[in-house]
Amino acid sequence: MNRDSNIYTLVYSAIMVIVVAALLAVASGALKAPQERNREIEKKMNILTSVGKAAGASIADDKNAYIENEYSKYIVESFLININGEKTEGDAFNTDLKAELKKPETERLLPVFVCSDNGSKQYIFPVRGAGLWGAIWGYISLKDDFNTVYGAVFDHAGETPGLGAEIADVSFQKKFADKKIYLDGKFMSVDVVKNGSVQLDDYKVDGITGGTLTSKAVGKMLFDCLSNYTKFFDVQKQNR
Amino acid sequence: MSEKEPLFSAKNLKLFTDPFNAGNPITVLVLGICSALAVTVKLQPAIVMGLSVTVVTGFSSFIISLLRNTIPNRIRIIVQLVVVAALVILVDQLLKAYVYEVSKQLSVFVGLIITNCIIMGRIEAFALGNKPFPSLIDGFGNGAGYGMILVIVAFFRELLGSGSLFGIRIVPESFYVSAGGFYENNGMMVLPPAALILLGVIIWVHRSVNNKLLEK
Repeated sequence: MNRDSNIYTLVYSAIMVIVVAALLAVASGALKAPQERNREIEKKMNILTSVGKAAGASIADDKNAYIENEYSKYIVESFLININGEKTEGDAFNTDLKAELKKPETERLLPVFVCSDNGSKQYIFPVRGAGLWGAIWGYISLKDDFNTVYGAVFDHAGETPGLGAEIADVSFQKKFADKKIYLDGKFMSVDVVKNGSVQLDDYKVDGITGGTLTSKAVGKMLFDCLSNYTKFFDVQKQNR
Repeated sequence: MSEKEPLFSAKNLKLFTDPFNAGNPITVLVLGICSALAVTVKLQPAIVMGLSVTVVTGFSSFIISLLRNTIPNRIRIIVQLVVVAALVILVDQLLKAYVYEVSKQLSVFVGLIITNCIIMGRIEAFALGNKPFPSLIDGFGNGAGYGMILVIVAFFRELLGSGSLFGIRIVPESFYVSAGGFYENNGMMVLPPAALILLGVIIWVHRSVNNKLLEK
């Protein structure tokens, strides 16, 4: 057969493309379930980590089962709230925060997760923003005074390893515990700044050396996202 | 060849071992350094990247070698790219399904294996003119030779840049200036230029050990 003829080339490429496309479609279909499961487990783990739970995930025999178990044990409630802080119907776990933050403020429906452990309650809020190179996101949990930070967890799409990427490190996230977000009734959020700056200690976290832009982005993300919840905080405080 | 060659003949073994020394794709042929700079900040992703590249170079060489007598010459490169791209997507999907944490760290670089010069280089230079089994060995050897350099570079970068290996702290916390000590991580090590400098040092050491590599 003449391997240089046009017909041979066309038929060859057509067959090749069909075979490869079929192969990849099958692979993608077969692997979809475990991939989505991974994402779900990761999300649950992040939610749990923000309230200091799921610490044994890396040593658990069956990580997925461990996370599921912890999640159903501690996360007792999850719901959506609108901009006025009122609960609304909806699936909080599968709400896409990125899409919600793009909507105008009044149409946003934002998730809240409630963790309960031996009678003490923490409220977990997802946050999302723009880092230096790509998206950054995470969860921050507040004690039930809606003022004191209980814990935080952050992750990123592509911050510089060793510098900005350190926001995903436990030692950075630990610094958020016991910080405050309200000063004399005014919403302050927690800022991430250079050590020694003039801000009050309770409202700042030491930034990452060499990761200033990412540090600032975390501070901005917290302010922007938690601002959406201020009405909710007010309502909850009144009802206490 | 009239006589059937044994599977692991000296010639075939040399195909595998050569890339570790005189035929190393990174230090001698200087191929594939782009990704060597990007994924060597920590050891674990470097190892997974090395393995992924090894799998892709091995099997793409094997498949192309199987097809070598049927591929229309005019679309040769396109056929090679389709095979390589399909394999890379498969690897990416598998990583996402079974080692999710690592696939997150490697992020975009798994997809960029497609552009790794070593793969196309081995297909063009070897697989198109050789039988499938030697091509497979050659591909694995070159992937592993690439992975080896990645691991060496990552070892130094993680140790000097983060003070840890595999994420486990090696330099004690109390040594650091922030804890009242005298030590500070070398911030440059976590940036790509450090990988380039380390690669240069490795090439230098390699050449002074193996005199055959020196140009006359």
